[in-house]
Amino acid sequence: MSHSTHDSSHGSVKSYIVGFILSIVLTIIPYWLVVGHVMAGDSLVFTVVLFAIAQLLVQLIFFLHLGTAPEQRNNTLSFIFTVIVVVLIAGGSLWVMWNLNYNMMDH
Amino acid sequence: MSTEVLHNNHDHHHDHDAEATSKVLFGFWIYIMSDCILFASIFATYIVLHGNTFGGPSGKELFEMPYVLIETFLLLISSFTYGLAMQAMYKANKSQVMLWLSITFLLGFGFICMEINEFHHLILEGNGPSRSAFLSAFFTLVGTHGLHVTCGLVWMIMLMLQLNKHGITAVTSRKLGCLSLFWHFLDIVWIFVFTIVYLMGVM
Repeated sequence: MSHSTHDSSHGSVKSYIVGFILSIVLTIIPYWLVVGHVMAGDSLVFTVVLFAIAQLLVQLIFFLHLGTAPEQRNNTLSFIFTVIVVVLIAGGSLWVMWNLNYNMMDH
Repeated sequence: MSTEVLHNNHDHHHDHDAEATSKVLFGFWIYIMSDCILFASIFATYIVLHGNTFGGPSGKELFEMPYVLIETFLLLISSFTYGLAMQAMYKANKSQVMLWLSITFLLGFGFICMEINEFHHLILEGNGPSRSAFLSAFFTLVGTHGLHVTCGLVWMIMLMLQLNKHGITAVTSRKLGCLSLFWHFLDIVWIFVFTIVYLMGVM
């Protein structure tokens, strides 16, 4: 077993440190944007969601070692499938409920 | 020649362990994916109900952001220290694994104590889960995550006892690997709790 495949499936102390620093930064920036009233409105919501997705990717890659290497492919595929189901459940519920609220209002 | 046979036997045994480990880890990963779907439905419920405060307080009036940031850091750091425990495990360094696991446990325990304290304050002030649909959904979502963390902590204690008794074996490594997936997963769920419940709640 070569060292590089060992690293990709288990990570290394270095990859954990990089992931940790990135995750701290990706937590502090949205916190500061919200609490410091740096931005407002829809652009703030959009930015904060982008930071959460970036944080998700950082943790998936540096802590859970998801990737395209053969030994991780099944995990990655099942994760992608789960993302699709999650988007259908969460997105679908919100879409239905938003329309319901909209049609219940007087207009 | 006899050493060669021994060596082959050893290799075979090693392959068998590696195969069993990858199967167990994949099975556990599938469980985590189903847990993702559980959280997705509770998140969807929360987002739908978060505006229904029934004349009660909204997130903006209730959430103390510096407090939540400290909780977030405790969980982020504990995810990192668990990673270091895994690295020590690959080097078969038992005392270091125990050290990092203990630190991870204390950080996770600190997180749970802070969460219980937050819930306790909310309930004392009359803002318990029965106050409004928003608070019911809030307690369900944050409480389910907290319950998972508590299970992870109990599991961690059991694993430390087993490590102490048996050392780093194929079986204990496998269990450490499963808890690693679980612990990092809880950290990811918290990122979304932090973003959707707290950050968006105080906007």
